[in-house]
Amino acid sequence: MGTRECNHICDESSPGIGEAGITGEWRIVVPSIDEKKCIPARSNKPTCFLCWLYCPEAVITKGIPPSINLEYCKGCGICSQVCPVQAITMLPEEKM
Amino acid sequence: MKTNAVNLIEQEWILPGNRTCPGCALSLAYRHTLKALEGQCIVTVPASCATVLHGMYPITAVNVPCVNTPFASTGASATGLVAGLKALGKKGITVLAFAGDGGTHDIGIQSLSGAAERQNDFIYMCYDNEGYMNTGNQRSGSTPLGAVSGTTPVLGKQQYQKDMTAIMEAHGLPYVATCSASYPLDLYEKVKKARTIEGTRFIHVHTPCPPGWLFPFSDTIRIGEMAVETGLVVLYEIEDGIFRLTSASESLALKGGTLQPVREYFISQGRFKTITEEQIDELQNWVNARWKHCLHRATNL
Repeated sequence: MGTRECNHICDESSPGIGEAGITGEWRIVVPSIDEKKCIPARSNKPTCFLCWLYCPEAVITKGIPPSINLEYCKGCGICSQVCPVQAITMLPEEKM
Repeated sequence: MKTNAVNLIEQEWILPGNRTCPGCALSLAYRHTLKALEGQCIVTVPASCATVLHGMYPITAVNVPCVNTPFASTGASATGLVAGLKALGKKGITVLAFAGDGGTHDIGIQSLSGAAERQNDFIYMCYDNEGYMNTGNQRSGSTPLGAVSGTTPVLGKQQYQKDMTAIMEAHGLPYVATCSASYPLDLYEKVKKARTIEGTRFIHVHTPCPPGWLFPFSDTIRIGEMAVETGLVVLYEIEDGIFRLTSASESLALKGGTLQPVREYFISQGRFKTITEEQIDELQNWVNARWKHCLHRATNL
């Protein structure tokens, strides 16, 4: 059974970051991590990472402390709600 | 070793800067689904919020191959993909049908039922945001009693939601499970388990929707947890007919099985602004009866 080469009759999209633009511009509140409270930062160990686990946008990187990609963070505030030690606060966006 | 936030795979298949609303539970559930499948899948999505997430030509926000299919044909499309993979002799790739509650409970049920009856080898995932959220929050078969929607704007919906998982269970599937985006590790484990099973596998995911249900973006996880704690959503899996409660529902049952009153859940969302006391009592009785049934069926308590 032979297979034909695709002649690009159908249109295919290619994966790309920022498909909807710089989504950080949607934000009205911006997350800020307090390193004095954040468990990985305080213990200097890779632990907790609940903000990373629950982020719907996948903009948080596991690190000590975790870092947030503010170019694409939409500012939903889920990370501040799930943080067990309230290390993340949502501050008003300055550019507003 | 049990999966937790620390040892869970770091690679992402959902790319930042996609079209989902802030605080979207669908995006969270999809993210962990693709992690569980390690990107080794072909996705088929009907018209839904998931299509919006996937983005507009020529860019897509998801790093897995995906077919956009008409609303009614998700099950048929998945069947075709399975047949195609078989014809090409490709192994180790899971076909994932990812549809919303409108595309599953209402419009897509016939093709899904057909595929399930044929036992075609794919995972069907229904993310349930309890309405046609993508097109303006119209009522679906999964909208709960008393919820205001685009098509029930004054009194709210007057009927109960459809128990799709029970309908799929009745097809005699090898694996049926419910999960919630608020419990991503439970979801991850279930998809991972489903990946190893052959035949049609059905997973129902409860995904709270901030703009549709009218609650703040940051409360998505809390609302999903409340749904489980009040028993409106029960987390379970049925593997070859054996019923097990899992995750938070299992711990609730082990702690004596007392549920939180459903009232709190209704107060927390704007869509229930017109719900009456009688409807709340009615729903509480409905929840209690279903929970009792689940406790009775559970084999792991």
